Amino acid sequence: MASRKESGAASTSVLASTSGTLDSPVKQIQIEGLVLLKIIKHYQEEGQGSEVVQGVLLGLVVEDRLEITNCFPFPQHTEDDADFDEVQYQMEMMRSLRHVNIDHLHVGWYQSTYYGSFVSRALLDSQFSYQHAIEESVVLIYDPIKTAQGSLSLKAYRLTPKLMEICKEKDFTPEGLKKANIGFEHMFEEVPILIKNSHLINALMWDLEDKSTVADKHELLNLSSSNHLEKSLQLLMDRVDDMSQDIVKYNTYSRNQSKQQQQKHQYVQRRQQENTQRQSRGEPPLPEEDTSKMFKPPQPPPRMDTLLIAGQINNYCQNVKEFTSQNLGKLFMAEALQGHN
Amino acid sequence: MLTAFVGAHVSGGGLEKWWQQDDNPAAERAPSSAPPMDSVRCAATERRMLSSPPFGLRASRWRYTCQPKTAARRHSLSLSKMSVYGPVVKIHPVVLASICDSYERRNEGASRVIGTLLGTIDKHSIEVTNCFSVPHNESEDEVAVDMEFAKNMYDLHKRVSPTEVIIGWYATGFDITEHSVLIHEYYSREATNPIHLTMDTALQSGKMSIRAYVSAQMGVPGKTVGVMFTPLTVKYVYYDTERIGVDLLQRTRVLPNRTKGLTSDLSQVGGSAARVQDMLTTMLAYIDDVLSGKVAADNSVGRFLMDLVNKVPTISAEDFENMLNSNINDLLMVTYLSNLTQAQIALNEKLVLL
Repeated sequence: MASRKESGAASTSVLASTSGTLDSPVKQIQIEGLVLLKIIKHYQEEGQGSEVVQGVLLGLVVEDRLEITNCFPFPQHTEDDADFDEVQYQMEMMRSLRHVNIDHLHVGWYQSTYYGSFVSRALLDSQFSYQHAIEESVVLIYDPIKTAQGSLSLKAYRLTPKLMEICKEKDFTPEGLKKANIGFEHMFEEVPILIKNSHLINALMWDLEDKSTVADKHELLNLSSSNHLEKSLQLLMDRVDDMSQDIVKYNTYSRNQSKQQQQKHQYVQRRQQENTQRQSRGEPPLPEEDTSKMFKPPQPPPRMDTLLIAGQINNYCQNVKEFTSQNLGKLFMAEALQGHN
Repeated sequence: MLTAFVGAHVSGGGLEKWWQQDDNPAAERAPSSAPPMDSVRCAATERRMLSSPPFGLRASRWRYTCQPKTAARRHSLSLSKMSVYGPVVKIHPVVLASICDSYERRNEGASRVIGTLLGTIDKHSIEVTNCFSVPHNESEDEVAVDMEFAKNMYDLHKRVSPTEVIIGWYATGFDITEHSVLIHEYYSREATNPIHLTMDTALQSGKMSIRAYVSAQMGVPGKTVGVMFTPLTVKYVYYDTERIGVDLLQRTRVLPNRTKGLTSDLSQVGGSAARVQDMLTTMLAYIDDVLSGKVAADNSVGRFLMDLVNKVPTISAEDFENMLNSNINDLLMVTYLSNLTQAQIALNEKLVLL
């Protein structure tokens, strides 16, 4: 029925994964051109107002590759009864797609992002529930603003197994995180993406190139950078502010804790002193009171948010560095061009 | 204009009537009402073909689907020479890729797939932005389309993008068959004046000819009535981001194993610069040819080249130095700050985990 060929041997992956060897069931993602175009279109048409558009990815798993063959968008959360609507919508959509022989296996979801700010609690929760249900699922993050600057920005992320365990137990205290030894770099792992088209689509591409009169605009070589840089830095500053607040909270907590320890210690000492005094006077010693009940230990602040903020800051910094390196290259090219004049 | 011409040629008074019937109140039909009669440009074969129906019309740009005998001769028409008029149909590449994909996934035994086209209608053009395939069965003498399914899908799609409406339908395959007429009739119930898009996925003529049609009634009322499909101009439009996506896909097709990873960082800038360099070499080759007399010089090209060379702004060396340095300083500072921030959060984390 399908005239596509399955790609045979392990395809050459151009990108090295950022976390070294992935020990997850999915080592690579293969996307069809159709999915790409649909995601772009969805954002373009519906995403101008609000920041985030979402949708579902469909496909199948082949050996250690996750092939994404189709997708469909989600309506936005405009009404209040969005929840029930969503499940029903999804079910109906998948049923209908099955009738036309489209793969109806749910393998992940996609989301658009604004200047790279996607590391949030909502994303974590969604991805956790997806990954819990379907082991190989991924989240595709599409950055439309970066794409408009010249090159497609699409990244696939999964939660690391460590993070999965923590989410399962919901143990977000500092001790819990210390036990798992998890840092913000180990929260998400990026999976390399490959794009692959069937032969028919390739024929279509040939045709399009022939017929369309679209000139190549070369936005990638655009020198103006200040706008983008400003916005990125602003977001970075906001996040750093959040981070500093969080740090202050943690500091107060640890200070409170140490103060409390001191107080406990003092109390115990005083008690002992009193007891010895009483003994010397021949009176019955006072009972040892339960110190833990008297001094309630302060509530340790949940560390999950901090982790997320740190991850987000890291992401922003990476984006900014990438952007500046590209711009430096462009500036040097401009210099060379001027030099000949 | 055409009405007068046709009326002069045909002795039935009833003909004027069906032209008036055809005047669709929908606004977008207005510009497309009458292809001008430029009979001088008709090839002789075309005239012969259309003299077979009882009207002797010399209009050669219409498809006539009632007489199967003319089907064979239709193929001899070189449609590329036809000039078409009327509303322009703008198609996004998503639609075409979707059609290809549903063709690849068709059921066993089905020779073609059909589906609904969604989009928006403008005063002068129709923009097709989305589509979905509809299951259907086709045999020699009957065709069955799952209308329930089509309605359902349209509802679901409407929830995501409420501005898209049904504007027509598509079918793969090179030509229009009799079944298409019936399906088209169904779709004209859903939308006013639907357009019909054909895409030759079997690549019969070596190319994937993508054509769009509107239908028009023709015939003598009461006697043989038929449907004519008038071709429309097809244009491909892209959003900016779409074009970048399509560019990436174009690059996929030249690689041997048909796969491509997404690169990042300086390699992208390098790739883009390489492409510009290619274009420059082509231009230089052309200029060399002109200078050595091999190719005749073209003034308009010369003017473009002049524009190009003048686009590089002439700034005094020191000014440019200053601008360059300040920009580089900005970028370096930002890089330094971001590295600092990253070091800071890493440190903070280690402290917490102590």
